[in-house]
Amino acid sequence: MITAEQKPLEEIIAYIEPYDRIFLVGCNECVTVCAAGGRKEVGLLASALRLNSMKQGKTIEIKEITLERQCDPEYVEELASDINRTDAVLSMACGCGVQTLAGRYKEMPIFPAVNTLFMGASESQGIWAERCRGCGDCLLGITGGICPVARCSKSLFNGPCGGTCSGKCEISPEVDCAWCLIWERLKALGMEKRYEELMEAKDWRPSGGGGPRKIVRKDLVL
Amino acid sequence: MKTESKLERILASGNLAVTSECGPPRGARPEKVREKAALLKDHVDAVNVTDNQTAMVRMSSWAAGVIIKQMGMDPILQMVTRDRNRLAMQSDIIGAYSLGINTMLCLSGDHPKFGDHATAKSVYDLDSVQLVRMVQKMRDEGKFQGGADIDCPPKMFVGAASNPFAEPFDLRVSRLAKKIKAGADFVQTQCIFNLDKFEKFMEMVCDRGLNEKVYLLAGITPMKSAGMAKYMKNKVPGMDVPDEVIKRLEGVSKAEQPEEGIKIAVESIQRLKEVKGVHGFHIMAIEWEEKVPQIVEKAGLFPRPAVENL
Repeated sequence: MITAEQKPLEEIIAYIEPYDRIFLVGCNECVTVCAAGGRKEVGLLASALRLNSMKQGKTIEIKEITLERQCDPEYVEELASDINRTDAVLSMACGCGVQTLAGRYKEMPIFPAVNTLFMGASESQGIWAERCRGCGDCLLGITGGICPVARCSKSLFNGPCGGTCSGKCEISPEVDCAWCLIWERLKALGMEKRYEELMEAKDWRPSGGGGPRKIVRKDLVL
Repeated sequence: MKTESKLERILASGNLAVTSECGPPRGARPEKVREKAALLKDHVDAVNVTDNQTAMVRMSSWAAGVIIKQMGMDPILQMVTRDRNRLAMQSDIIGAYSLGINTMLCLSGDHPKFGDHATAKSVYDLDSVQLVRMVQKMRDEGKFQGGADIDCPPKMFVGAASNPFAEPFDLRVSRLAKKIKAGADFVQTQCIFNLDKFEKFMEMVCDRGLNEKVYLLAGITPMKSAGMAKYMKNKVPGMDVPDEVIKRLEGVSKAEQPEEGIKIAVESIQRLKEVKGVHGFHIMAIEWEEKVPQIVEKAGLFPRPAVENL
């Protein structure tokens, strides 16, 4: 899923400072799972913003809405009937959701309340870690199911650099060396010979090097 | 001969080669390069010129290399894949070669986190193995990485680094094999303090016949003090400093520790000279270049062979 973290409250307050009426819009997908912008976080942020405006001696009207999926025009349409009753929209979705709102409601100021981080998986309760860079040409089949693009600090394709230490990355003892993991896994699978096959220079076009990416599924297009 | 590299000629002649390194200055003072290089002039065959080492901005390695070349010495252009994509690296390789640089060392480079531009985006369009492959292809096939022909291809003698001590140990020989497969002509190793482990590594290298396919220069660093040895053991990633080395340095007075450090370096060279597959030494005297001549002399590696006599 796409992970995100709430922005510092001061930054959010600065965005909405000029406005009296705010739609605070969450999303029921990824940001709900990573506890950054779901219904619960919408409620908490709304309370914090109301409290802040009271302290400033102002009144702010915040309407809390959590859409099923903010990156989907169908659900974003649900705001259309009420959009004239607000001065600005504060989105708690990932950057995809924020842009879908901005694309649909062109006259309306839209601000992000979270920083979108990475495509990750949950390691344990409350911990998410990066697992995929969306490079468009998945290597996991030959790297033992561990991604060197996302998990090696240098995105090396042909093995660990000289900085590995006890299975950890040179940048931090908290970070596993992806290539140590790959090597151990290849050995466990009896596939360590595969390591010596050269991985040629990557074609970065599917990774974004060819410009903004788009999928067009002719079989689905109406 | 694949190239006009002096290092290649010395290695091919069967002599033990000696290289050292010179870190370019943090500013535009060519005399700083000349001062450091002059200390090494008669005692080494070629000088590695580091490329933004420890992720700190320095004079570019090709520019400092040209200054060294103008002194009648032979620079080894170090190139890291951290700072440049394949277009920039290829243009620098052609540029360096057109100015007389014919030997290079391909590295991935320290992570920007360690430098003074920690907010920089690292590039890593290629890794070090892919860089080796690209330079070899430019030389042997006369092709750019993208496939087009090069008008007058750069003929670089291609080097790579090997760290026999970084874990996992059982991967290290495979990694060397991969660099050789990609096209490495020579390899310079990480600083060797754990000689037993290095000899074990070299046995594995020779068992696979890799010693016949690549020239290996053993990395030697003299310790200035017991403090430096402890720092390298505990703080420098991928470094293996046995406790005996630290104890030996601590066993003499502080004033005598530099001398003891040099003794250890010289003894290491003498022992490693006998190791099958070792074709020379890469002496990395960190901010202590002035000691390189006496290490080379005491280790019996002086005078250096004159290339015209080879």
